[in-house]
Amino acid sequence: MQEKRHEFLRGAKDGIPIALGYLVISFGLGISAKNIGLPVWAAVLMSVTNLTSAGEAAGIAVIAASGSLVEMALTQFVINLRYALMGLSLTQKLDGSYTLPHRLLTSYGITDEVFAVSVSRPGKLSPPYMYGLISLPVLGWTTGTLLGAAAGELLPPLVGEALGLAIYGMFIAIVLPPAKKDKGICCCVVLSALLSCCLRYIPVFSGITQGFAIILCAVIASALMAVLFPRKEEGQ
Amino acid sequence: MSAARLILYIFVMAAVTYLIRMLPTVLFRKTINSVFIRSFLYYIPYAVLAAMTIPWVFYAMQDIWAAVIGFAAAVVMALWGKSLVAVAAVTCAAALAAALML
Repeated sequence: MQEKRHEFLRGAKDGIPIALGYLVISFGLGISAKNIGLPVWAAVLMSVTNLTSAGEAAGIAVIAASGSLVEMALTQFVINLRYALMGLSLTQKLDGSYTLPHRLLTSYGITDEVFAVSVSRPGKLSPPYMYGLISLPVLGWTTGTLLGAAAGELLPPLVGEALGLAIYGMFIAIVLPPAKKDKGICCCVVLSALLSCCLRYIPVFSGITQGFAIILCAVIASALMAVLFPRKEEGQ
Repeated sequence: MSAARLILYIFVMAAVTYLIRMLPTVLFRKTINSVFIRSFLYYIPYAVLAAMTIPWVFYAMQDIWAAVIGFAAAVVMALWGKSLVAVAAVTCAAALAAALML
């Protein structure tokens, strides 16, 4: 019991920096939601059930365009597919006490940052540690969304618009540093952005909605790079 | 948009996202061996974020030039290796300053 509590607290401590970052980023996401006219409760419900920046930003875009539910499902599938690989990778590190109910519960909390912290932790992962690690980021993500969506009504429109750029700032901060170091990632990013512009500006593609456009660009660019620059060392 | 429609959207998002996270954790005990699939999954997040950002970031504000300046600030900060939160904060500040001045 003592050991479990200790593990939980250790996880919670590791989650503090993630939670603080999420608080800020999801504030911008809450404002983006508000900017397209989403009510506060919907923004909060989305964040607490989804817990994913790129997926939610894309979901907001699909809702704004009144896209179909199939488009929504496919968009989420492609954008969040990376979590499947992370989940897969994490199974290698789970300790013997990790029963099915624990797997069902903690898999909800796999995010890029939670994954990064848990894989870099030496040794096996216990359920109490993972509950501790996940709890504060979930709280930070949900609270930030609530504050952003609520503040969106109070802030001057121009400030709201500018804060809506926060989520893009985060995407750029995730993509560019590794792209600077790795030729494969760099080519992948440039190709995907170029394809995205083609779909947006070439009139013949004007029927393709944003959600499908993201899927097309990402699948084509990633498949091509997987052939041109295969990764032999990743995904261990 | 009706509340029911919104809940439906959010339910679909949450269900798909949860299944993606849950199924491999519960079902698989081995890692993927295909280099192609592993490479594909490795590149996907970067490709997704690039396609979500460009060109859409430029239309996130009414004033396209304010958004362009916010974007440029983000690129500089990110290449400089600053943290996610710092990049996001400077992006917003630069865009706001530009919108007020232009």
